[in-house]
Amino acid sequence: MAPDTDQTARTERLRREEREGPQQHHLPPREQARVGRQPPDVYSLNDLDVLQGIPPATPPYTTCLQSIDELLARDRQRAKDGFPRKIRVGRMIKPGTRGKEKVVVVPTTVEEKLIHDQVRDPQEEEQTSGGSGEGEPGEVIGEQPVRPSGAGSGPGQGEGGEHEVESSAYDLGRVLTEQFELPNLKDKGKKRSMTRYTYQLTDRHPGQGQLLDKKATLRRIVETNIHLGNLPDPDRIDPSAFLISPRDKIYRVLSPEKDFESQALVFFLRDYSGSMEGKPTEIVVTQHVLIYSWLLYQYARQVETRFILHDTEAREVEDFYTYYNSSVAGGTQVSSAFRLVNEIVTAENLARDYNIYVFHGTDGDDWDTTGAKTIPELETMLGYASRVGFSVVERSLSMTRGSEVSRYLKQSGLLEAKPDLLRMDVLNEDADETRLIEGIRSLISE
Amino acid sequence: MELIDQHTKSIMEGCKERARDAGLCFEDETLEYIVTNRDLLELSPKLMIPNLYDYWVHDVEVLKEKGKYELYPSNPYETVINTRPAISYYNDNNPDWLNVMIFYHVLAHIDMFQNNIFFRHTWDYDFNGQALSDKRVIARLRSEKGRWVDYIIEFARGIDNLVGFHDTLARMPDGGRTTTTSKLDYYFDIFLQQHSAFKISHYIAEVERYNQCRRQNPQTAEDAFFAEIERQHPEFQALYQKYAERGPERSLDPIEHIMKHSPFLNREAHQWMKTVIQVVRLTSLFFQPQIRTKILHEGWASYWHEKMFMQDDRIQGHEVEYARVNAGVTALPRVGMNPYALGMRLFQHIEEMAAKGKRSFAYQRIRDARRRARYDQQTGAGQAFIFDVRTHYCDFMFINQFIDQEFVDRHRLFVAGKRLNRQRMTWEYYVQSRDAERYRQMVVDSLYHPPHVTVDPQRNENGRLYLIHHFEGKPLVRDFIANTLLGVEYLWGHPVCLETSELVPTSPKEEAQPQVAPTGQLPEAPRQPAGEWRRVRYTMEKRQLSREIID
Repeated sequence: MAPDTDQTARTERLRREEREGPQQHHLPPREQARVGRQPPDVYSLNDLDVLQGIPPATPPYTTCLQSIDELLARDRQRAKDGFPRKIRVGRMIKPGTRGKEKVVVVPTTVEEKLIHDQVRDPQEEEQTSGGSGEGEPGEVIGEQPVRPSGAGSGPGQGEGGEHEVESSAYDLGRVLTEQFELPNLKDKGKKRSMTRYTYQLTDRHPGQGQLLDKKATLRRIVETNIHLGNLPDPDRIDPSAFLISPRDKIYRVLSPEKDFESQALVFFLRDYSGSMEGKPTEIVVTQHVLIYSWLLYQYARQVETRFILHDTEAREVEDFYTYYNSSVAGGTQVSSAFRLVNEIVTAENLARDYNIYVFHGTDGDDWDTTGAKTIPELETMLGYASRVGFSVVERSLSMTRGSEVSRYLKQSGLLEAKPDLLRMDVLNEDADETRLIEGIRSLISE
Repeated sequence: MELIDQHTKSIMEGCKERARDAGLCFEDETLEYIVTNRDLLELSPKLMIPNLYDYWVHDVEVLKEKGKYELYPSNPYETVINTRPAISYYNDNNPDWLNVMIFYHVLAHIDMFQNNIFFRHTWDYDFNGQALSDKRVIARLRSEKGRWVDYIIEFARGIDNLVGFHDTLARMPDGGRTTTTSKLDYYFDIFLQQHSAFKISHYIAEVERYNQCRRQNPQTAEDAFFAEIERQHPEFQALYQKYAERGPERSLDPIEHIMKHSPFLNREAHQWMKTVIQVVRLTSLFFQPQIRTKILHEGWASYWHEKMFMQDDRIQGHEVEYARVNAGVTALPRVGMNPYALGMRLFQHIEEMAAKGKRSFAYQRIRDARRRARYDQQTGAGQAFIFDVRTHYCDFMFINQFIDQEFVDRHRLFVAGKRLNRQRMTWEYYVQSRDAERYRQMVVDSLYHPPHVTVDPQRNENGRLYLIHHFEGKPLVRDFIANTLLGVEYLWGHPVCLETSELVPTSPKEEAQPQVAPTGQLPEAPRQPAGEWRRVRYTMEKRQLSREIID
């Protein structure tokens, strides 16, 4: 066969394959994760990923959790040796693969070296990268929203589903308490029997056990010998004549005892109006997750939580997941949420039995600009609550300095009058976890 | 990890034969492993080296937002490992045709590892074997010294990016420089230049005088030359003697300096620490060339897998699938950098330039665009030229020398800018420039470049260690200075100073007013950042950091 015909045949075959073969011509689906990321730089691509599609391995979170105790012990040892601590925890990982949001503690650290920083004009916010294709100099070729929007990009969106916060939130709370030396709480009376038990040497058991109860044993021996007739005269007892049955020995054994513990009821309130979209929501819910975890640990899981969302109206939602993921567009009336809390507390008579905590997250917007409705509700609340904490996430890009909520709270004088009951933490929307934990400290410290 | 099966290995051996015929050059033995996700979990924190020493930070998810590759200059996640025999990793379910393509890619990597002179210091030993022995040493020390081993690793790693990589290369026996310095070299290279009244005119006059002596009498030229010098500088002979006894002074990188001169490390009880530091230092040195040849490496490998696989009969029936995979690897991104795409195109470009004789003055002088396009000397030197580039270049040289306007225009490259549009609250990407100069600068700026930090022995007063950061327009990451210096102070045993440059704001009031970024118009040359560069000295003493502005 001549090379020419060979070539034609080959081309023909290829064409046929393309037409009829299993290959498809539509673009492979764009990876969700890549959207909104930084454009790749020289060093972000590697052979395994681009050639063979083997993505970098991420360790399962369970292994991270297992080693966290060891790492924290190492970190404490570092402090003792006079070196700064290096482990940071409390990073929120939200794997969204199966549509389930999960909060997990992942220990993180950074290796510090002398490296070059970027020189960037703070006013210019500009980065350069490579590019190829059409376009005149100066032409805008694409844009990317500053705040993520659309489905699957963090809190505020998403379908309903089981929330799995509990399983690891307790661990997180423990880590927070130990690592960041968050304060322990005071008890508020032991009022209600819990389903938990502590084990004490309270039960008695003849014949065998952990600890010999000498007094009870002696009493049994005497009793037995009275029955045997070995003790004719109560005034002249001769113990050497006593017989001791094995069943006379009375031991104490470990047994579960009901315990009474103090308990907490936490109201998480958050503004879910349109202005909260994006970062502020993320920060508020992350902080609330951390507070929730901490309380969970403090009260040894005896924490009940109520979740309340508000825009101009307040509504209670059943679980953390809904609380975390709901978002609507609407106005803002902070007082509505506070009124709802007060109603719930009065109606269910909760103040008698619980330590009540109220945490409110907002971006500081309130249509009630002077706090005329909010402050009276707040004062009622301070009558029964153990602590009311405001997290105000202020937008760094907003032109107004100081939001309504922080302004009227300050003017009301309540912050100074009841510093043990009312706290406010004003954050920037770029706050990182360290800052969040710092904020929690100020919200919950004695 | 298990090795690939015999069938796949025979494919590899076939690829080796064809690659050799095409001119690639590598050792016979290679090891190919199948990796599972589980293997990767163990390998990836250890930079894909199976035997790297254990270190607790490997178990922690490390935050990498800041500094990324500056902190991890090791190309941590590669398919091919530069050791003897070279190791490479594969998915267990790659189809054969894909393996053929990957094998060509891998062989080109190995070819570069074993021929590029920036890897010269890794040629003489098996790194994986060395790593195993290092790992055992560290494990033994850990059983004796406990957590202190990890502190030493941590502190040494804090400065392991400051290793004198280029010094190491220059010191190699075939570094092209004589290690012994003759009297003549000493006179011209050291004595004359350090002499108090050093003048260039005098230097040239001396060279001329030496040449004249040689012309008059080649046999006794040196004696005659030095007779005059000894008359003028009676101290010369003594200085030379002293110098000859001491040997030429090697410049030490900060880690070497600390190991050699630290009073703390040189105590009898602390000798073991030096072993640990040396392991960290050599590991870092091993990885240095890899990060400095990323574009060259991936470009070379992509160039060869494309060239070889297109000629290979095993591509038949898989052309479309190959096209898709190859496009995923080597397509130029609309915005962003891709070392595969850029490097491969640049290799193809310079090969063509060399083949047509365009790398010549005659061509450069032609102004007529049509004549330029038609220019073809048919030198046939294209292949030889790119092989020379593969042997002698690193990323910086490759980019700096070969990106020209022709290349930028041909592939329609541009510098992409990113700016904030406040009205729409979006990041806008726009074409900033199509100028080759700007493009080249942008690529060069994105290359790995650790800060140049040296020890100044002159200023090591009262036992302190004086580190100087030679400023190159970029400050150091400030948050990291404290803990890094704390580690250095521990290793040194006395206070440590670091002199660097920082931007000190001149008028802080101006910053308070946010300016709206201009939209839609071409920004002028990059604006000067607010403030001015001042020299700053950090001092770490008794684990307390202080900072002062010194000029």
